[in-house]
Amino acid sequence: MAAINLNLISGRSIQQGVAIEGGKEKPAYRTAAGIIELDPSDLKRLGAWKNTNVKVTSPHGSVIVKAMETSQGPHPGIGFIPMGPWANSIVDPNTYSTGMPTFKGTPVTVEVAINEPVLLGIELVQKQCGVK
Amino acid sequence: MTKTITDVICPFCGTLCDDLEVVVSDDGKKLLEVYNACVIGTEKFLHSQSKDRVTRPRLHQPDGTWKEISYDEAAEYTAQMLAKAKKPLMYGWSSTNCEAQSVGNEIAEISRACCDNTAAVCHGTTLIAVQDIGLPTCTLGEVKNRADRIIFWGCNPAHAHPRHMSRYSIFPRGFFTGKGQMSRKMIVVDPRVTDTAKMADVHLQIEQGRDYELLNALRVALNNEWLPDSVAGIPKEKIREAAEMMKSGRFGIIFFGMGVTQSLSKNHNIDEAIALTVHLNEFTKYSIMPMRGHYNVTGSGEVFAWQFGFPYSIDLSRGFARYNPGDTSSIDLLVRGEIDAMFTIGSDPGAHFPISAVKPIANMPSVCIDPHQTPTSGVSKLHVPVSFNGVETGGNCYRMDNVPIDCRKVVEPPEGMLSDEQFLIKVRDRLKQLKGAA
Repeated sequence: MAAINLNLISGRSIQQGVAIEGGKEKPAYRTAAGIIELDPSDLKRLGAWKNTNVKVTSPHGSVIVKAMETSQGPHPGIGFIPMGPWANSIVDPNTYSTGMPTFKGTPVTVEVAINEPVLLGIELVQKQCGVK
Repeated sequence: MTKTITDVICPFCGTLCDDLEVVVSDDGKKLLEVYNACVIGTEKFLHSQSKDRVTRPRLHQPDGTWKEISYDEAAEYTAQMLAKAKKPLMYGWSSTNCEAQSVGNEIAEISRACCDNTAAVCHGTTLIAVQDIGLPTCTLGEVKNRADRIIFWGCNPAHAHPRHMSRYSIFPRGFFTGKGQMSRKMIVVDPRVTDTAKMADVHLQIEQGRDYELLNALRVALNNEWLPDSVAGIPKEKIREAAEMMKSGRFGIIFFGMGVTQSLSKNHNIDEAIALTVHLNEFTKYSIMPMRGHYNVTGSGEVFAWQFGFPYSIDLSRGFARYNPGDTSSIDLLVRGEIDAMFTIGSDPGAHFPISAVKPIANMPSVCIDPHQTPTSGVSKLHVPVSFNGVETGGNCYRMDNVPIDCRKVVEPPEGMLSDEQFLIKVRDRLKQLKGAA
């Protein structure tokens, strides 16, 4: 399977906003924010169907999310994960003496991970922190 | 019979819409319908009524289960934790009212804590830039009545501030903008073709992270000086067109968001955006405003600034306030392992901090005060649910343009639940006893 390199940004989406107010323990949060929005050309390069689970890896970690065709494109070369624990598993925590992590502009590799599950929000953070 | 409460404030984003109508049952205990709010605000009001809500404090047990305790026991745990800690971090404050923030700051002073708000992951760099060179700004009312040039730079209000454009910036008919959006020109700068960008007169699809260059190029274009063929992926003709459009208005405003504050260059991007605003004032009237996220993150910065002199990233460990982002800021403190107790209120660092800053929270005494179950409550030792501020409690909040607005209480909280302020007063009083402070 092909792996592609992208520039990752995170940010708000209205679905993510509704989901955080509706309850972060619910599957709707995962549906809204446990995704990566890709340009159609990048999906083609990846050789993946829409709504395929993918593994996104950066120098800071890796996470499984669902690859979607972006509705706010075209933006070839850019991957977008809505703000939340999925994006924060891989963003650059370096603040360069400003207090602000570099949430936008993390180089990542995306590869198909069809058999791996996307975890629920709280479950994902607990697992990474080693908490039951 | 039901009753309708009008002029309700929405406690979701920094737009603080103040025209909501909420229908409640006659006894004021049940919230039935919400009108005028965006889909996110509506969800916030309605979720407060959910049946699976946690209504009592609970302690996380080693086997992953939760043990329910009383509010007094929770206050005792929190006070003991803060009294014992050498360097606790008190983080959050953006989803609660100024009254609770003020009590929290007293606690921080007694326990010599580090204090930070969610500006740490949204507009912290803006605050640094404002301290560097100032901020020529205005109120949202002035935008509505006067602005005929609107620039959204690195922000997507269609998703993050859903009623911003309809209430203040694009669509409303103001005193000098009688034709609504027909009297305005809209420029959007974003690396994606966002739902906001799709509505723009000019969309500059910038290469991600090249904001400083493009801001600088616009200043060059304002002076009709030489430009290279393309800057930040934008052809020079388009930059000149945007610069002409900007300076041909009577009153313009630059709204900027996370695209500017969270990309590399950070506060320097905002320095340059403010410099562009000042430069535009040589041609016409211009203002600039950060698009603040949480509904009272601005208020938290204000309360910090009144009480400690700085708007975020404050370290009280030496008994007086020090401010040095990168050193005293929460993510750096957590990543460097300098914190030995974590107190979270009205925010969710578990979901919104990079994971390397979340892992330390799971390994130290920690309290999470939040009406919701969140990733932070999931890794904290104690979760204290409280009433929803702006729904079940009133209190003062600051809109993104620094205008204070009092939130309204519309329904009763579930029986026996405390507000943030009531719980913090319990913690403060107990902490004073423990520390021997009068």
